[in-house]
Parts: sequence; C-alpha cells; structure tokens
Amino acid sequence: MAYKLLIVDDSKLARMSAAKALNALHPEWTRVEAANADEALALAKGGSFDIALLDFNMPGRDGLDLAAALRMENPTMPLAVVSANHQDEIVARAKAIGAAFLPKPLTEASLRTFLQGAVTQLEAAKT
Amino acid sequence: MNAKPLELLSELQVDALTELVNIGVSRAAASLREMVQEQVHLSVPSVQLVTRGRAIEILAEREISNLVAVHQVFEGDISGRALLIFPEPKSLELVRAITGGDLPLEDIIELEQEALAETGNILLNSCLATIANMLHRSLKMSLPEVLRGDARTFFSLAPPPEAGDVVMFLYINFEVRKRDISGYIAMIMDLPSLTALTHLLDEFIARTTGELAP
Repeated sequence: MAYKLLIVDDSKLARMSAAKALNALHPEWTRVEAANADEALALAKGGSFDIALLDFNMPGRDGLDLAAALRMENPTMPLAVVSANHQDEIVARAKAIGAAFLPKPLTEASLRTFLQGAVTQLEAAKT
Repeated sequence: MNAKPLELLSELQVDALTELVNIGVSRAAASLREMVQEQVHLSVPSVQLVTRGRAIEILAEREISNLVAVHQVFEGDISGRALLIFPEPKSLELVRAITGGDLPLEDIIELEQEALAETGNILLNSCLATIANMLHRSLKMSLPEVLRGDARTFFSLAPPPEAGDVVMFLYINFEVRKRDISGYIAMIMDLPSLTALTHLLDEFIARTTGELAP
C-alpha cells in the first residue's frame, strides 16, 4: 500500500535529499513538503499525510516542538526527528514524544528501517 | 542571510552550505555535550558573504566585552579560518565545566589556555571534518591557537587577504544554559576559495539530489 510522507526541513537541499531516498525505497509513495513547523501543522489539519520526517534545528519552532504538536493531532502517526545533533537530551525527548531519531545526513539505510517500522505499525492499526 | 554579495552563490548553493554547517556544528555540539555533561543549545546557522569590515561590525554588535577565540587555519581545495569565539568572562566557566568544577580558581586560570585550545580543537575539527567528508575533500588543519582581543583582531589576522575584501562569514550561536556559557563558531573564507567552494557545492548538490552536476 502506498503512503504519503511529510518532509519538514528549512533546507530545500535536505528535503531534496530525503525525497531522493524515499524515491529509491518506495517510488510509488507520494510526499508533501513543508519548510517550517507552521506549514507542517497547517498540512496536518488537512490530515494529508501518514508518516512525518522532521528536521530538528529550524527557525521558529524546532522539530521536537513540532513532533509534540503533531502528536496532539494524531496520537499514533509514525514520526521521526532527523538531526546530526545526537545529544542525549534531544534523543530522549524524541523518544518521550514517541518519535524515532534518525541521524543527519539521512541515509537510505536508516530511512528504510524507520519506514519498515512505520508501515508495520500503520498496517497493524488497520486490522 | 541578508548581505548583498550573496549573489555570488545561488540560492541552492547557500542552502547547501548552510545545511553543511548545520550538520557540522550539530556534531560538534554533541561532542561538547559529552565534555561539559550538560545540554548544548544551538541557533539556526547564518551564512553571509560580507566585507571584512561588516563582519567585524556584526561580531562587535553582538559582543561588547573582550573576546577569546580558538583559531585554526584550514587548507585544501578551500582555505580559510575557523574560530570558536567566547566573551572573555565565559571562557573560565567553560574550563570549569569541562574539568568538573572542583578545581580552585588558580588552577583553572593555569589550565585555561590549554583547555581552551583542546576544546576548540575538538569542536572545530568535528565541524570541519564533517564538512570536508560531505564535500569528499580533505582539509589540512593547523594546530589550535588561542587569541585574545576583539572582532577586529580576529578578522585582520596575517596574512592579509589575497584578493577582494569579501569574506564568507558563517556563524552559529551555542549555549550551555545551566552553565551560562555561550559563544560562536565563525568561519572565514576569502574570494579565491569561494570560487572553488561553488564547484564543490555543485558536486555535493548533485550527489545529494541524484542529479548530474550542471
């Protein structure tokens, strides 16, 4: 089944990089992009994606604040915070929100693992 | 990102450069977190191509007190300087945080120079090595040097710029809130390196997005 992935990053290049990895793994999936937390939340109100990848260090609200806000909207959506900043506090906060933590630069291998878990979770929720 | 000479780089090149710095500094912050055992907060990085004079003004607007900097020169396809800059009163606090906080003041003062050089070395190397790896190039880094002075001292180091008076000024603010420590990482490159950098950025963009370089 094809899902829709939200990619949030203030860097266009980082969004292109995530899109490239997604395309290699699941060419049939679609994606939506947002450059900041506000845009992402506006998309969330429309319920227009199934899984979200969130950059951590962004102007305005950071990726962890955004993850928490998305969690309020949808308690079960698979979320991942993406950052090179693997400080214990940041990884722990992601975990507390129920989001995965993926290292930046994002690799196909780490995205694959996250998406496999996400698909399993989404399929299980349907039955 | 509001300086005029930025049109030397395309929007996507500036984006790619900012993202490289962001990843480099994020890794460096994780190293610093291990050293001080407290969370390190980072700002969103800013990249500007500005005149040397403007770079001095920007730094002077932010910090009025005397500054301490750890300085390293990098050389390779691109050459320049990377600086870790603190207001002078914060540098002792940083040493205190790293050494664990039990040392008497006179020992901290004695250790300051060495501890600053080592901290700067770890942070700047972590940042520059990440950037070099992502650009698929190697950079040779000099030994760290501790400098004291103000923005003008740091941005007017010998040798003088070869051509033009434009420098690329990247800065990012970091803070250890529990320790009241804050500072900047800045990188300066002169124009000849900037031309080389645009080629490296194009290659990096092509690799990242899977498209052929223009």
